[in-house]
Amino acid sequence: MTFLTMVTQLANGLLVSVEIFVLTLIGSLPLGLLVAFGRMSKCKPLRLIIQVYISIMRGTPLMLQLMVVYFLPATLFGAGLPRFAAVIIGMVLNYAAYFAEIYRGGIESMPVGQYEAAAVLGYSKPQTFCKIILPQVIKHILPSVTNEVITLVKDTSLAYVVSVMEMFTLAKKIASSQTTLMPFVIAGVFYYIFNLVVALIMDRCEKKLSYYR
Amino acid sequence: MKLLEMNHIKKSFGDNQVLKDFSLSVEKGEVVAIIGPSGGGKSTFLRCATFLETIDSGEIRYMGKPAATTGADGKAVYVSPAEMREIRGYFGLVFQSFNLFPHYTVLKNITDAPISVQKRPRAEAEATARQLLAKMGLSDKENAYPYQLSGGQQQRVSIVRALAMHPEILFFDEPTSALDPELTGEVLKVIRGLADEHMTMVIVTHEIGFAHAVADRVVFMDGGVIAEEGTPDEVLSHPKNERTAAFLSRLTD
Repeated sequence: MTFLTMVTQLANGLLVSVEIFVLTLIGSLPLGLLVAFGRMSKCKPLRLIIQVYISIMRGTPLMLQLMVVYFLPATLFGAGLPRFAAVIIGMVLNYAAYFAEIYRGGIESMPVGQYEAAAVLGYSKPQTFCKIILPQVIKHILPSVTNEVITLVKDTSLAYVVSVMEMFTLAKKIASSQTTLMPFVIAGVFYYIFNLVVALIMDRCEKKLSYYR
Repeated sequence: MKLLEMNHIKKSFGDNQVLKDFSLSVEKGEVVAIIGPSGGGKSTFLRCATFLETIDSGEIRYMGKPAATTGADGKAVYVSPAEMREIRGYFGLVFQSFNLFPHYTVLKNITDAPISVQKRPRAEAEATARQLLAKMGLSDKENAYPYQLSGGQQQRVSIVRALAMHPEILFFDEPTSALDPELTGEVLKVIRGLADEHMTMVIVTHEIGFAHAVADRVVFMDGGVIAEEGTPDEVLSHPKNERTAAFLSRLTD
């Protein structure tokens, strides 16, 4: 296998990695907000359930979680989820837990004066949250979110445990069939470039929000 | 006409009773200054009057409309959220620490609530805002963000933000306490201008000279009750209550 073939095959794998990355973000960013609301809810049982969920998601390896989502339904009901869907569900559930804690930190750090000013001006609770609180929270938490997003790029490689044909799975396959470490080097370079792009985009977002303090 | 009536208000935080049978009425066009030592209940009164705190018992009315009444069990009962929303439109509050929205420009800080809460047309809200800004000498600041303004300018913007809602009565919570001494003058001047236009105001303040000059009535609060009230001359120049006298002499020391 030539070097160029390897690069082409891995580039195809990269597309799958990007797909996992994008779908995980689309799912986990909004879900994280809902989880954060649950975590801050006045309803104690709900708060407790969410706390346990977050604790498990953060306290066990993501790799293990992906295996559970993929293998457990198959073992229990004899029919499992498709590999790709299992990976997305597992990743979304895991990342939502992390994002929820970031949102919560951001929301709880908002000065109470902002809520009070909005209340006196007659804003409803949803209006206060959407117009006054959330925009400021987003600016506040963006650096922490960037950290998670960069970790997510690398975590897409964990999909290899359920053999989804993303870049790392392919690199492993090619490496063992061709007995060369070159695919790992190429994959490493691809991950790095992927993250450079991600960092660049996040930096743009931060700059866009730097119009106020 | 009485714009605000608060009768027999009681409010405790845990075991600490901060308001003990507090009553106050404010007539249309009246300027009331509330003075007194910290911990005397001034802020709690203001927060109860603006619904930032709920009272334990007593009665609050705006323009004759009840907002809170005492139920059969002696506890305060508030009216429905829809009625509360309507009553909220009768008053405005200027905070000690301004509490402007940092992500909005000056103009948006002022016009957003009239547009999205009161459903006024944008053009009308912006015209009102620009007119008020001009009056405050802030016309060139409408596109600035709060962090670009001095404390005095921020406080004047927050006064405009409150006025833009067309309140019947305006509350001030120590409006100059967070300002550098050289900036208090510009804010006091604005409030004095509003008094000249007969805006109904209730001002919690430590500025005794200002209270003397601008208020029709001065209320001295101590220990959760009104210890003394009267004209500025009566309360500030010739206090009858020894606690008032002691408080005033501490301030002038």
